[in-house]
Amino acid sequence: MTSILLAKKIRRLSLDMVHRTNASHIGGAFSVADILAVLYSDILKYDPRDPKWSKRDRLLYSKGHSCTSLYAVLMECGFYTSEVLDTFSQNGSSFTTHVNHNVPGVELSTGSLGHALSVGCGISFAGKLKRSDFHTYVILSDGELDEGSNWEAILFAGHHKLNNLTVIVDYNKIQSLGSVNEVMNLEPLGDKFSSFGWDCQEIDGHHHPSIFEALKKDRKDDSKPFVMLAHTVKGKGVDFMENQLLWHYRTPNAEQYALAVKQLDQT
Amino acid sequence: MQQLIREAEKNDRIFLVVGDLGFSVVEPFAEKFPNRYLNVGIAEQNMTGIAAGLSMEGYTVFTYSIGNFPTLRCLEQIRYDVCYHNQNVKIVAVGGGFAYGPLGVSHHATEDIGIMRSLPNMVVCAPGDPVEARDVAAEAASKSGPYYIRLGKAGEPHVHQTSRVIEWGKFVEVLSGSHTAVLTTGGVLKYAADFLAAHKPHWGLYSVPYVKPIDMEGLHALSHRYEVLITIEEHQRSGGFGSAILEGLHDIDEKGKLLRWPKIYRKAIPDVFLRVAGQQDYLRSISGVFLDPDDSR
Repeated sequence: MTSILLAKKIRRLSLDMVHRTNASHIGGAFSVADILAVLYSDILKYDPRDPKWSKRDRLLYSKGHSCTSLYAVLMECGFYTSEVLDTFSQNGSSFTTHVNHNVPGVELSTGSLGHALSVGCGISFAGKLKRSDFHTYVILSDGELDEGSNWEAILFAGHHKLNNLTVIVDYNKIQSLGSVNEVMNLEPLGDKFSSFGWDCQEIDGHHHPSIFEALKKDRKDDSKPFVMLAHTVKGKGVDFMENQLLWHYRTPNAEQYALAVKQLDQT
Repeated sequence: MQQLIREAEKNDRIFLVVGDLGFSVVEPFAEKFPNRYLNVGIAEQNMTGIAAGLSMEGYTVFTYSIGNFPTLRCLEQIRYDVCYHNQNVKIVAVGGGFAYGPLGVSHHATEDIGIMRSLPNMVVCAPGDPVEARDVAAEAASKSGPYYIRLGKAGEPHVHQTSRVIEWGKFVEVLSGSHTAVLTTGGVLKYAADFLAAHKPHWGLYSVPYVKPIDMEGLHALSHRYEVLITIEEHQRSGGFGSAILEGLHDIDEKGKLLRWPKIYRKAIPDVFLRVAGQQDYLRSISGVFLDPDDSR
């Protein structure tokens, strides 16, 4: 499956999950969909029949509230069936509405922001000690960069030159109560990472060739961790959701759902 | 630390992560196992997350810092990254209770037991002397899952003979007595032993290095044997060691297995911060953490 088709499936499944269960966070699920699609199509080493395969790349998904995209991509990649995914948010299901490590393919439960990067640093550090070939990827939201714990980890990764660690920031510019610039300006974000000892590249987070080119580069000889600042659009793919704070929270009604389906199917 | 070094000699998965504290304590480990030692700087949230990550890759990780820093400062990382994922992370805090008394409230670790023992999967230990600390460290290194190990300062006096072996999860009988027994956890053990020797040689004395899970069998036996139980701890009254004893007795009672309720006195800090300087024994004396012969009336 191409990454373009996978991204389309991710968005459609996320929309269905959110609509069916009255869940939130569709905006952030759509902004990260292309990143996940490229990762799972063309970048990550994984085996859905053996989710804990020791040589797999480790993906830690820190923006646990945007769980639907991750659950969707893991289903599409064969970690479980669509029937299993249909239990999303139902009583007794492992598919909680923030990411749950009891779901096959999920490395770390998240939902409280600012946790995954420290854990990712520990995993990366262990990988270097063991001279393992796996690479660790951590997907952060932009808003969670307000959390001080992330900066503890960013300092650590730069200091220890963790070149087997890649951070991807889903930089959709909107957080819980407003735009990132209004709530807590992160800029110049790339310079901040650079000054902490990271290599940084800013790309269009919806342009698959750009995502691929940034992530495919062999960094074994680098002496720094890598951050990809992916400039994205919250709600990407459905025009009335794009760049709207409201769709951090809102569940589409029947009419909005039908319109969103139509738009996603046309892309 | 000596025990941890012994464990690390036997087990190449033992890892020590410190938060830039432990001067003149951690160096022997760092020198002997430089690839299994990491100082993450003054960053306890990161320290705990890193420990969880190292554990996910197969290490048994000890985190180490002072007082509330490795626990309360990073409580959510402990709850979510360590305990929910049931990782092999063993949190070691030195300076339990008033061990760093003159340093002030920032360094009084007096709510930690209550907070740590409320976390699922967590084993909570407060060894009473170096022998207990040695055996608790050995057990923590060999058993899977999260541990919290609350220590005093280095140099606590011995109460037990070094040949004594502390059994996992069990009360440790120090003195067999009649009518009244004192139950202690952590470094207040030596004080209690001295008090009994001086004032109440016929009382029983039990050290409780494992606060969670509490030794229900041992508690059941003590409730039969003694009419009065006195708990003493350098910790707030709410949620700590005395509370664990009360809850344990209640659970036995709820199952209809308690023959009688002993009279219980809890010696603990009465829901206050101690805002003055003072040595450990002084702070105990002004906060109710002391024994009184009249308690057995």
